[in-house]
Amino acid sequence: MTSILLVAERDEQGEINQSTLQAIAAANGLLDAVVTVAISGEAPASASALAVEKIVTLAVVSIADEGIYDQATAEISALVESTSPEVVIFSKSDFGSIVGARLAFRSDSAFAADCIEISNDGGDGVSVTRPVYGGSALAEFEIASKPAIVTLRAGSYEAGNETGSPSIEAFDSGASVEQAASVTGTVAEARDGVRLEDANFVVSGGRGLGGPEPFSVLTDLANALGGAVGASRAACDAGWIDHSHQVGLTGKSVSPDVYIAVGISGASQHMAGCSSSRAIVAINKDADSNIFKEARFGIVGDWEKVLPSFLATVRELKA
Amino acid sequence: MGIGITELTVRIVVLAKQVPDPETPPSQFKIDESTNTVIPPNGVPPVVNGFDLTAVEAALLLRDSGADVEITVMSVGSDFVMDAMKKPLAMGADRLVLVDDSGLDNIDSAVTVRVLAAAIEKDGPYDLILGGRQASDWDQAHVTLGLSEVLGLPLVSLVQKLELNGDSVSLQRVIPDGYQTITAPLPSVLTITNELGEPRYPNLRGIMQASRKKPEIFSLADLGISSDDLVPKLELKKLYIPESNKQVELIEGEDEADSGKKLALRLREEKLI
Ligand SMILES: Cc1cc2nc3c(=O)[nH]c(=O)nc-3n(C[C@H](O)[C@H](O)[C@H](O)COP(=O)(O)OP(=O)(O)OC[C@H]3O[C@@H](n4cnc5c(N)ncnc54)[C@H](O)[C@@H]3O)c2cc1C
Repeated sequence: MTSILLVAERDEQGEINQSTLQAIAAANGLLDAVVTVAISGEAPASASALAVEKIVTLAVVSIADEGIYDQATAEISALVESTSPEVVIFSKSDFGSIVGARLAFRSDSAFAADCIEISNDGGDGVSVTRPVYGGSALAEFEIASKPAIVTLRAGSYEAGNETGSPSIEAFDSGASVEQAASVTGTVAEARDGVRLEDANFVVSGGRGLGGPEPFSVLTDLANALGGAVGASRAACDAGWIDHSHQVGLTGKSVSPDVYIAVGISGASQHMAGCSSSRAIVAINKDADSNIFKEARFGIVGDWEKVLPSFLATVRELKA
Repeated sequence: MGIGITELTVRIVVLAKQVPDPETPPSQFKIDESTNTVIPPNGVPPVVNGFDLTAVEAALLLRDSGADVEITVMSVGSDFVMDAMKKPLAMGADRLVLVDDSGLDNIDSAVTVRVLAAAIEKDGPYDLILGGRQASDWDQAHVTLGLSEVLGLPLVSLVQKLELNGDSVSLQRVIPDGYQTITAPLPSVLTITNELGEPRYPNLRGIMQASRKKPEIFSLADLGISSDDLVPKLELKKLYIPESNKQVELIEGEDEADSGKKLALRLREEKLI
């Protein structure tokens, strides 16, 4: 038996989110897996059909904890201590990255971030594969100590459609943390249209755009397709577009049907955020650019000459 | 206490790691699969991890804003290249402390945290610890977070702006669609993200000053740590470059405008749009 604790996260509607469903598929893929899902607050109705053994509800993590996660870390540490799982799985989200890393030190255990594969069929312990050097290389690690704490990259596993009938129980950690740092406010970037992470079409611009103005052409194209605008870090760092549009290892992960990269060289750290797109389309004037090694369709050319006719034709097709 | 350091000085420790230059072109990125190590490309010297330089910049911005700060850059590793490691000094940091030991050749983030914590405690009092959001070699984003646990200090990650207010610090923390405002006490541990802004270029005066400064060096023995105690929790089994067998279909029209049109038609044909 391999006991796995999986820490669930919710989407904006309060439902178990997609990354968690993918993580459940990853967990169920382990040999002799017995999966417990931990969720903060009352479990949503849909949770009672998850293909897992048990659901543990944690005391409601207060809103003020958001972003600091002291209370969440304390509660999950207590749960790990009392149930001694062999593997603890988080999504590679803001929450999972922080709580997972901290938990590893509290429980003196191994931590592997941003894994794309996890298995336990190679003998003792767990092995994981994770992209390193920005995705230029893959590393396989073996973890002998228990628990092995991992965060999973979104899109690495496909959510399954199996169902189950888990038992549901509450866990009272008894933890109540006096948080030293306090969140005093939130400032949200205005967004119009679809969320970048959810978009079926993403039009991203990079340093090759040369300035902020061309992003309005990308916005027109994104609007025509019903999609969202993304960007490389170089374009964001230059101040041409807000960082909330950054796609990549340290930005957002997207997996649209079509990802159109305009004036982006295709650095591994950028591709880390979009390589699970169904089709990547590259427009770049340098035929040797790495983006053409990742793309399904491409045009070697100047975006200024390519985009207007592309946009016009898309509009005609959509009309 | 160093020269010019008073009770009011805010002592900032900035964590820095020496890494292979992440701007190495993919064609020059090579791995020795027999030793599971990256082969340093000819003539491309290592650099200080980019996000760590942003953390140095964060500390320097506090000084620019009028605060009395002492900036100590601290690193754990072996085979340090001084030209690279002195860059934070050239930018304006005051001290460079290296834990330099061949026993630190092949360590994971858990070990790094233990050694850093010991070095920070030994080096003396501190008010703020800053680290980059992640290192560009192993991309674990673990060390700075772990340090907060080991030292038992508050942690705020992904900081894009900071301001000292007496014995606390006001922060902006990046979230997916904006930022949070957060107040944290001193001392705290913060991870800094590139949204803060580009690290400054060292000027000539800074470079001259840095060249005269000597790093202060600790060995593991100085910290009372035996390399036998440093057992990594992650055992690297295999390191390799993933193969890509994607074949791009290049769309070529009569001219670039025609290519743009053909691309749209081709995507429609594939039912992608
Ligand atoms: C730890 C770490 C994390 C990182 N995280 C991210 C991340 O999350 N996201 C990210 O994007 N990057 C990230 N980076 C940075 C990444 O390594 C690259 O530096 C960055 O993606 C480059 O952006 P770019 O492709 O826009 O710019 P460049 O690499 O400069 O490419 C510009 C491209 O535009 C093309 N071009 C120029 N003019 C034209 C024209 N007129 N028409 C058509 N094409 C043109 C050029 O041929 C070139 O290929 C990270 C780096 C590190 C070290």
